[in-house]
Amino acid sequence: MSAAVNKEPVAVVGVGQTKHVAARHDVSIAGLVREAAQRALADAELGWADIDAVVIGKAPDFFEGVMMPELYLADALGAVGKPLLRVHTAGSVGGSTALVAANLVAARVHRTVLTLAFEKQSESNAMWGLSLPIPFQQPLLAGAGGFFAPHVRAYIRRTGAPAGVGSLVAYKDRRNALKNPYAHLHEKDITLEKVRSSPMLWDPIRYSETCPSSDGACAMVLTDRTGAARSPHPPAWVRGGAMRSEPTLFAGKDFVSPRAGKDCAADVYRQAGITDPRREIDAVEMYVPFSWYEPMWLENLGFAAEGEGWKLTESGVTELDGDLPVNPSGGVLSTNPIGASGMIRFAEAALQVRGRAGEHQVDGARTALGHAYGGGAQFFAMWLVGARPPSR
Amino acid sequence: MDPARDVAVVAFAQTDHRRRTDELSEVELLMPVLHEVLDRTGLRTGDIGFTCSGSSDYLAGRAFSFTMALDGVGAWPPIAESHVETDGAWALYEAWVKLLTGEADTALVYSYGKSSPGDLRSVLTRQLDPYYVAPLWPDSVALAALQARALIDAGDTDEPELARIAARSRESARANPHAQLPGARDPGEYVVGPLRTGDCPPVGDGAAAVVLAAGDTARRLCARPAWIRGIDHRVEPHGLGVRDLTDSPSTRLAAERAGAFERPVDTAELHAPFSSQEVVLRKALKLGEAVRVNPSGGALAANPMMAAGLIRIGEAAARIHRGESDRALAHATSGPCLQQNLVAVLEGEPS
Repeated sequence: MSAAVNKEPVAVVGVGQTKHVAARHDVSIAGLVREAAQRALADAELGWADIDAVVIGKAPDFFEGVMMPELYLADALGAVGKPLLRVHTAGSVGGSTALVAANLVAARVHRTVLTLAFEKQSESNAMWGLSLPIPFQQPLLAGAGGFFAPHVRAYIRRTGAPAGVGSLVAYKDRRNALKNPYAHLHEKDITLEKVRSSPMLWDPIRYSETCPSSDGACAMVLTDRTGAARSPHPPAWVRGGAMRSEPTLFAGKDFVSPRAGKDCAADVYRQAGITDPRREIDAVEMYVPFSWYEPMWLENLGFAAEGEGWKLTESGVTELDGDLPVNPSGGVLSTNPIGASGMIRFAEAALQVRGRAGEHQVDGARTALGHAYGGGAQFFAMWLVGARPPSR
Repeated sequence: MDPARDVAVVAFAQTDHRRRTDELSEVELLMPVLHEVLDRTGLRTGDIGFTCSGSSDYLAGRAFSFTMALDGVGAWPPIAESHVETDGAWALYEAWVKLLTGEADTALVYSYGKSSPGDLRSVLTRQLDPYYVAPLWPDSVALAALQARALIDAGDTDEPELARIAARSRESARANPHAQLPGARDPGEYVVGPLRTGDCPPVGDGAAAVVLAAGDTARRLCARPAWIRGIDHRVEPHGLGVRDLTDSPSTRLAAERAGAFERPVDTAELHAPFSSQEVVLRKALKLGEAVRVNPSGGALAANPMMAAGLIRIGEAAARIHRGESDRALAHATSGPCLQQNLVAVLEGEPS
């Protein structure tokens, strides 16, 4: 890789999201995305005219039944006369979209970029949208849960994790969501017993250990050093960002801990100068659509040794007041507008280091990781944000 | 703008474009092109710094269709990779930005589309405003015909000129072994007036791939790299009622930002699927008679969805590689009636 290029530092100066719900019957797709974009602009105290380019992402177009919806959304996103770029990398798309936008600033192609991701799942049925049978290819088997459950079973068998760990994650994330006004699920009467006794869907994944289907959008305003200096609130600085992909199906693939995830995290830590993620990172927003993916990703991302992730979860380390809070926002388990879910992780990480996460703020968070994955656990996108700008 | 480093197109490959490829999956369509473009540079998948692709789930008829193509790329060990749900020209743009950051020195860009499994005119209606327009199912030819009618009414062109554009394009395509419709043919009957069969692009399947490289790496991989002097893209409102269909301000602005007007170009590869759209683009790009337009035959000779725009960049670059052009313009479009447009300016070093 060439080190000759001096990249522009990238700052997050605006974050906006909708209140995520099962069905936003009151707004069109255009109305939904505009709501998030306007909140991000308001946070940055900028107007549409301050935006040089728009980068938009969402998961499959089949979910809303609109082919390449960015064309229809150009007006609602204030993109007319500007560059409008559409990204699609399956479930990781929200993260990838933010990284593509960040690169526009880092490469000094544009100074201030609006990036947005959305999903309006109520327009269709996501489970069946993912289950179209194709000859000679492995279908996703009754939605994502059917695809991922065997990998969870493999994790449990490999590590000897006790059966209740998944329920602990769901119970924690749903309680965290109560502190997040934008979260979809606000289960005020949640108890661990309720999670444990919820119906089994795809063994060992229970109903309460799965993500909901949400309508929602998330937007961020990214800018350069000059733009950050004008920011009315503390910016979050992008200290590292990377994407990695590997094939869906091949004999050497480790579905429990994909190498693409490990490589992606290693690249981000290298860029950010992180040598001990467990000690140096204050908060993590990771993509956990099924509860067991918390311990699995703790290992994949280098926070725990192989086989040890479930011990961190079980000992309370990942609780909001723990040593390494994971998904203080409530995570994907509480809010899942699929195309936006990755960007929400990135945005929540930014809110943490900006000190603007409200009731779910992690005290003194200075460094936070945003993580997204997609496809058959094959696409990964991550960024690490900090309260301080990069030194060089 | 003055980019931080020079980036060039160093290799290009495409399929033969055909009306149907029932015997091939998308991955099988794409694989030979990936091998060919890598062979031209001597690079292997593992040598590439960044990979980006363009395709559409709606053409494939299934969600996450691009994931299977990635298996064909051979993404092991894992690669830095991304995907745009649109024409590969925009994937090339994303890759160009990535190279400018210095995080990669080479990029593989590919795109593909099979239109044959469905009824393309119906499929494309699904990219319109889903609440007010799509329910009426106005198809892509009907929308292009509205644009053509507006041009004729404005006195910008007439039917004989459109027929000449179509004939010239397909005559040029005789020299293009990949073209689907080589050789001029009868203008044909009206499909949707004033557009006749001859004014419309063929429906077909195809794929294309490009390798980008920065600085000295480009010089090492290619005898005469096609340097990207500028590249920009702009979008217009979606609603046809709020646009002047006889003009393309987004193309003009993108060309200006790409530096197209700083010096004349000798070649232009325009992504104009309908003959009438070449009239709009020529005006927006201020192309004089001296400019060789679509020597490949353009989209009127082969229009594989999601690849046709990337092919314009590839064809322009290939002419520079061969020493047939010194400064070429490449254009790609997306959306109904030229809603979104990308312009790249490519140059070869003086030989």
